[in-house]
Formats: sequence, C-alpha cells, structure tokens
Amino acid sequence: MAINLKELSKQGDFLTSGHRACAGCGPAIALRQALLAAGKDTVVANATGCMEVVTTIFPYTAWKVPWIHSLFENAAATISGVEAAYKALKRKGKISKDINFIAFGGDGGTYDIGLQALSGTMERGHNILYICYDNEAYMNTGIQRSGATPYGAHTTTSPAGKKIPGKTQWRKDLTEIIAAHDIPYVAQATISEWRDYMGKVQKALSIKGPKFINVLAPCQLGWYYKSEDTIKIANLAFRTRFWPLYEVENGVHRITKEPKKAVPVEEWLKLQGRFRHLFKDENRKIIEKIQKRVDERWKRLKALEEAGL
Amino acid sequence: MAEKKRGWKELPIGAIIDEAGSSEKFKTGDWREGRKPVLNKDKCTNCLLCWIFCPDSAIIVSNNEMKGFKYDYCKGCGICANQCPIGAIEMVPEEE
Repeated sequence: MAINLKELSKQGDFLTSGHRACAGCGPAIALRQALLAAGKDTVVANATGCMEVVTTIFPYTAWKVPWIHSLFENAAATISGVEAAYKALKRKGKISKDINFIAFGGDGGTYDIGLQALSGTMERGHNILYICYDNEAYMNTGIQRSGATPYGAHTTTSPAGKKIPGKTQWRKDLTEIIAAHDIPYVAQATISEWRDYMGKVQKALSIKGPKFINVLAPCQLGWYYKSEDTIKIANLAFRTRFWPLYEVENGVHRITKEPKKAVPVEEWLKLQGRFRHLFKDENRKIIEKIQKRVDERWKRLKALEEAGL
Repeated sequence: MAEKKRGWKELPIGAIIDEAGSSEKFKTGDWREGRKPVLNKDKCTNCLLCWIFCPDSAIIVSNNEMKGFKYDYCKGCGICANQCPIGAIEMVPEEE
C-alpha cells in the first residue's frame, strides 16, 4: 500500500481550512494525514480536547466526514456504539458499504481520562481504529501535565523552578499498555514520517478488529518552540529514538523505520522551551538520565523485535 | 467576518452542524503575524511535501502541481518554507 501524494491530492481534504488551531499545529497535521489515508468512507468520534474544540466552533465544522463529539472520557465508547449500530443496520440489509470507524483523542483524553473506555473497547473487540494524537500535555486548557508528559518537561502544573526541575515522573508507555490487550494491531508513529504514519493508518483499517495508533504531534504552544519547527521537532523525536516508530501486529513487535544513526536526545530537547531549564549546570544530570532511559527503552524494543515477540 | 448569528428558535436540535466543511466560511488568513509564504515556481519540483505538512490545508494543488497558497486561511506558521527540500518557498514580510 504505497502512499502517493499526487494521487492523494486528487481526492481533496477531509479536514478543511478555517479551523482555529494555532499556527503550526502538530495535531491538526496528524488528523489531516490520517483522514487523507482513510478516505471519505469514514466516521469519526472525537474526544474533548484541542482538536474537538478548534474544528467545531459552532456553527462551523472543519470536518467533511460524519463526526461526533461526546465527552472527554468516552470517545472509544462512542465509536463502539456507532460501530455496533452499523453492524445492526448491515444485518438488516439497510446498509452495505464498508465504513472506517476512527476515534481521535489527545493524550489527556487517551492516556488519562479516556483510558478505561478505550481499554473496554479494545477488550470487546470492536472493529475500530483509535488514534491518539499525543502532544504530551493538556494543551487546550493551558498546558497541564498529563500521563504522556515526559520526564523533566515544564508544564503549568509541573513548573520548573527551585523546588522541581519540571515533571518528576516518567511518561507512561501507552502504546505498550494497549499492546497488552492482545489486539490485532498497535503502532507508534509521528507526523514528520508521514509515509510511515499514513501507511500504518491504511494497514490498520485493512485489519478487522480493534486497532490503535499513537502518533506524536508536537505542540508549538506547549513545547515552546517557533511555529515553523513542528515537523523538524517531530523528526528529531524519531531520530533521537525518543519516539521509536514501530508496530505490534498480532503480538509481534517490528520496528518500521529506524534512524540510521541515533542523534543524542539533547538535540531534541534543546529546541523546546519546556526543557530549557535542563541546560542549567545543576540540571545537566537530568539530560543524562533521560538519555539513559531512551537507550534502555530502545534496547528493550530491539530485543523484543529480535526475539520475534 | 462571521455570519449573522441564529436565534435559539432557528438552531438545530443538539447543535448539529449539517454543512460539512463549513469552517471555510471563517477566514483565518488575518491571523498571520507579518509574514507569508511565497513560492518560487522555477525551483518547485511539485514533491507536495508542503501540502502533506500544512496544518491548515492551505496549499493549492491541482493536476499534481503545487499552485500556491490559500492566503485566506494560511496562518503563516512557516512549516512549508522550513520543510521544502529545495528552498522553493520563502517567508516574506507582508504589510498589515
């Protein structure tokens, strides 16, 4: 399933202009690319969060596919219900075409608030794809830390100062938590590596059953960088191995795209204001700690892949 | 810029928005802060990387060709100029 941009450009956009995301918004790119890969026969449920707010300020919508918003915690439950209703209609002969069911949630609505609904949906085996656009904090409400916020990052609820050097906990590995549900397809992607990401969306949609993709989508507002650097920073997250691109198909880990040579994680950190305090002399050891963690996680992933697990 | 607001009697039940892609009526081009992207057509190879990276669907593509920008919506983030592999897009100052 090769992704051809020229072919894709002919079908037009399913997330239109005029939405009110910030200039240089990473999550908006994540949604746009996913929809371009999925095509028009798609129904979307959206958890509360940045993307829900900016795309559907009444009476406008930026969506060109059917779209439903419920609450922060239940995008996965909502899409389960939509998919169940579709199955019932299909059984009664009232609908025949194949439709993709996709739920979008941010990291707040996925790692934290929506986790139990998501877990239930995965366990029940609905034929849906859940995409988490991970911008590593609650950005919509003013940059509060989430379960996805990395160690050492400054947020308004983990402020870097004399008492603490940013967030003092490691981020949880949601991709592996979902993989532990033993579902057919789980993947991790980022928006700069669009071919890898969109290929994963298409692959996921070709598989029956519950699927999950965790896509890293930088936020210029909450990561404190210049708006033109969104893609550059996403790419560095991949090249530093902070964010490995891999998939877990039927329980087997496979790295889908590997950086030729790992870049030190410092190169990724230094572009972002949320890590600025780590470059003070007294905090340099935290960068070493983060690097050690990145190396350990990478080693673990490589070992899983090599063992065919 | 926005249309006249509807009264409560005219509003759809459940605040359903029945017109797909209606956000195009809301122009975000005036969000730009003093700079806009400009294309050098002689350099452009129509790789469409700008198109796939634009968060605002503001790159005009027709017949496989990069044709320019929707300035009514472009917020001037500069991702296209930053990512263009051959430097065919430049961010230039614009007047208020």
